[in-house]
Amino acid sequence: MFYIHCPYCGELREEEEFHPKGQAHIARPADPTACTDEEWGDYLFFRDNPRGIHHELWVHAVGCRKFFNITRHTVSYEILETFKMGEQPSFTTEHPQGGSAESATRQAQDALQAGVHA
Amino acid sequence: MSNTAVETVRTFDTRTEAKIPLESPLAYAYRRSGAPAPTAGSRATLRERPFLGHLILRGGAIVLDEAVRELLGVSLPGEPQGLVHDAEGERSIQWISPDEWLVIVPGGEEFALENRLREALADAHFAISNVSGGQTLVELEGEAARELLMKSVIYDVNPSHFPVGKGVTTVFAKTTVILRRPSESRWELVVRRSFADYTYRWLLDAGEAYGISVER
Repeated sequence: MFYIHCPYCGELREEEEFHPKGQAHIARPADPTACTDEEWGDYLFFRDNPRGIHHELWVHAVGCRKFFNITRHTVSYEILETFKMGEQPSFTTEHPQGGSAESATRQAQDALQAGVHA
Repeated sequence: MSNTAVETVRTFDTRTEAKIPLESPLAYAYRRSGAPAPTAGSRATLRERPFLGHLILRGGAIVLDEAVRELLGVSLPGEPQGLVHDAEGERSIQWISPDEWLVIVPGGEEFALENRLREALADAHFAISNVSGGQTLVELEGEAARELLMKSVIYDVNPSHFPVGKGVTTVFAKTTVILRRPSESRWELVVRRSFADYTYRWLLDAGEAYGISVER
């Protein structure tokens, strides 16, 4: 059994209280009627199946009943982090040691600084 | 919009004046499974608190907190797993999820409270549902109450992890309950009506080793 940290309840809870809901961060096309069949089919049916870091949507079904995200390693099954909806993962394929959210923030700040200087 | 939420929301008092026999969700369980009397070796007691008023409040914590403070005299538990009681210990509010709270008041008070909350919240973004008919409160007391819970729920009920004033929604046997700890010696289970019989029979079975008795 896993213990999973629910970011809304703020504590570790048994895996039994949770349900996985598939791949996270799938954006619905802004204008579905303008999609080609292929784009719409990709959106509806096709999911990543990576070997390594995977971002997933889970729900704390028996607890607070909120959806949240988990970054999970599909080889070791290790849960690297859990985070609320709308937040960015810090572990990604490019940043397997974490810190990608911070670097994204830093890049944005750098760009802002550059803009100020320019 | 000219219509306020107070004007457009239809509410009704679920308690009727008519002489209809009222049965608790455990009525069938009492008839079918009985209620064991206390013996010399009883170390756990089960007691149902039927017909209380249960309300679910949903909305932003800040807006609700103001109204709840005004009407119940306690602040809304903003921290996860929080449970607060008023001075008399009769009314309680429990954190259920970041935008959801369970209010339990003595039976008969819930409709008046709901209306006053609606008035106080006026045009704020909120929802109140009366779930009194859908669930019941079961109390567990006695020195073996915690041991009994250890056999039944997956949550860690060690006092260091489950202090007084905490409440969680968790898995109980093959169903779910809201488990709360209002005082050192007492535990409360908020049980769904449809699972009340199952929960009761589970508790009698699991509590047999502790000579569980039922107060009615």
